[in-house]
Amino acid sequence: MDRRSLLRATSALALLGMAGVRQAQAQAATITGAGATFPNPLYQKWAEAAKAAGAPTLNYQSVGSGAGQAQIRNRTVDFGASDAPMSDELLKQNSLLQFPATMGSLVAIVNIPGIADNQLKLTGEILADIYLGKVTKWNDPRIVEINQGTELPALAIAPIYRADGSGTTYVWVSYLAAVSPEWKDKVGVATSVKWPTGNGARGNEGVAATVRNTRGALGYVENAYATQNKLVATQLRNKAGKFVKPDAAAFLAAASNADWNVANFAANLVNTAGDTSWPVVSPTFIIVPLNPTDPARAANVFRFFDWTFKNGDKIATELEYIPLPEAVKQAVRKAWAQVHGADGKPVWTS
Amino acid sequence: MSASTTVASPLPRRSGSVGDAVFSALCHSAGAIVLVLLGGIILALFLGGLPAFRAFGAEFLWSTEWDPVTEVFGAGVSIYGTVVTAALAILMAVPMAFGVAVTLTSLAPAWMRGPVGTAVELLAAVPSIIYGMWGFFFIVPLMAETIQPLLIDTLGTLPVLGGLFQGPPFGTGIFTAAFILAIMILPFIAATTRDAFDQVPGVLKESAHALGATKMEVVRDIILPYTNTAVAGGVMLGLGRALGETMAVTFVVGNANRINASLFGSGNTIASQVALEFGEAEIGSMKLSALLALGFLLFVISFVVLAISRLLLRPRAGTGR
Repeated sequence: MDRRSLLRATSALALLGMAGVRQAQAQAATITGAGATFPNPLYQKWAEAAKAAGAPTLNYQSVGSGAGQAQIRNRTVDFGASDAPMSDELLKQNSLLQFPATMGSLVAIVNIPGIADNQLKLTGEILADIYLGKVTKWNDPRIVEINQGTELPALAIAPIYRADGSGTTYVWVSYLAAVSPEWKDKVGVATSVKWPTGNGARGNEGVAATVRNTRGALGYVENAYATQNKLVATQLRNKAGKFVKPDAAAFLAAASNADWNVANFAANLVNTAGDTSWPVVSPTFIIVPLNPTDPARAANVFRFFDWTFKNGDKIATELEYIPLPEAVKQAVRKAWAQVHGADGKPVWTS
Repeated sequence: MSASTTVASPLPRRSGSVGDAVFSALCHSAGAIVLVLLGGIILALFLGGLPAFRAFGAEFLWSTEWDPVTEVFGAGVSIYGTVVTAALAILMAVPMAFGVAVTLTSLAPAWMRGPVGTAVELLAAVPSIIYGMWGFFFIVPLMAETIQPLLIDTLGTLPVLGGLFQGPPFGTGIFTAAFILAIMILPFIAATTRDAFDQVPGVLKESAHALGATKMEVVRDIILPYTNTAVAGGVMLGLGRALGETMAVTFVVGNANRINASLFGSGNTIASQVALEFGEAEIGSMKLSALLALGFLLFVISFVVLAISRLLLRPRAGTGR
């Protein structure tokens, strides 16, 4: 098994320079990944661009973060992708390496007659109390108080959430738990939770469409969905107590203010410090085996992500994802050296 | 080898017996595979769900808890949603289907029967995702803006039943899901009912008409008593489909793990819940086991319903009643 794959890899390398063998090379350098749905549009675009540029071809299946974690634990794919970081314990048990690929942000979206995009101001505490069923009307004194000068109707709030288990939900509820002790106690954090009130919808598209269909609705989606579908987003109050609009500058501020110097890159980008930081930002992770059975394929995974680190930022920004800071990319490349083949040699050397 | 000689052989009788044996063996194994498959699916679901059944006991059946954070699961909400949406759908679909069947068999002129009959059958061929999308983008706003406010203002004020028609009109929920399901199962019930009505001997109907019975009396006193078991079988067939429908329901049911007193409230069904939560259920987790256990329960419910329909739809013994 091993010898044959090594042979295949070396022959592929030998063919690399020759003309007219691009087909064979492309075939040899195909990698498979499965997991998170949230970065899927980006991974697909990256895969397209990387293939055209001669980098390894990625075949990515967006089956969900949980399934992605399970598949890499069973080694049925070359890498797993997950929005929620895998626990240190599980990574160690299964000899896995975790690194971030990109970042995304969530926004709150509303459907209130007369309210324009980025007009309404909300705080994490109020959001938590809405989803806890404690704030039920849009003209609640607490909302009116921070929205002086904005006319708010006596409309019932219809909280909408993701009904399918989702990394998006994980990020959203970790934000609610970070700002509301009651949320942390009563509901907690997971990819799907026991929602005290509200209606569920399927996928980002479902939440976006349900909010658009329902007067008085409040929901949460990836920023990309909000901008592409021209939904009405809100401002949020960040940790520094400032209200910020969801834009690229605020997302980048959150990313650069985060502490990346943590185990397995599991940085917490929710409710970060800084005057201009957007409070709900999250990295999304790639998980690879530390002891791959096929070092050539593992090397191709790193070649692919190395290519995206160098050339993928523009695509990411266009799709409203947030590129990793340069320092984080360097640290990730360094971490790749931990992955060894059966011969004890690192599969990746930069 | 022997099969090819069979075809060319001038002695069909002798080599035919070999071919017969092969043929019958193949058929038998095909039949056996179906049985093995069915048993295997039930067994796999049951074994997968076993940890959940062990952990929560019989309480799993009626517990309304579904908390992925603390890993406490119960099937109460989704069983309630499944049964109530399916039952409501039957309540809405049966009168419609009955009307269609009577129209097609005794009222409509001959030129109309073909097109209407085909249209009903085409309804059955519409994929469920289409019903889901149509329901979400067309029926849900219609429910939210027109039908539900109207029902809340009228039926919602009744003393006892009113509670079923109250709450904010969000458009999604048990009622809307049942409405979509009713449209989806209508063709199944209508088709079986029409076929049953067609089997009523013409001489019975003609005699009744000769005795001065009106069309309504003929339907009520001749056709229905003659076909009641077959009609009930068709209804059960529709019920079976309503119980297992996933895609269309997911779009409109509201997907909330709560039991609401109002029919306009959100709920969940077994099929919808399993489809929604599967992706993020880790292998070996209690959640996955609970979802498999839900699948097992749905299998059992559907199996019972189908068995009843088979029993009712079995061919009539003898000629008369």
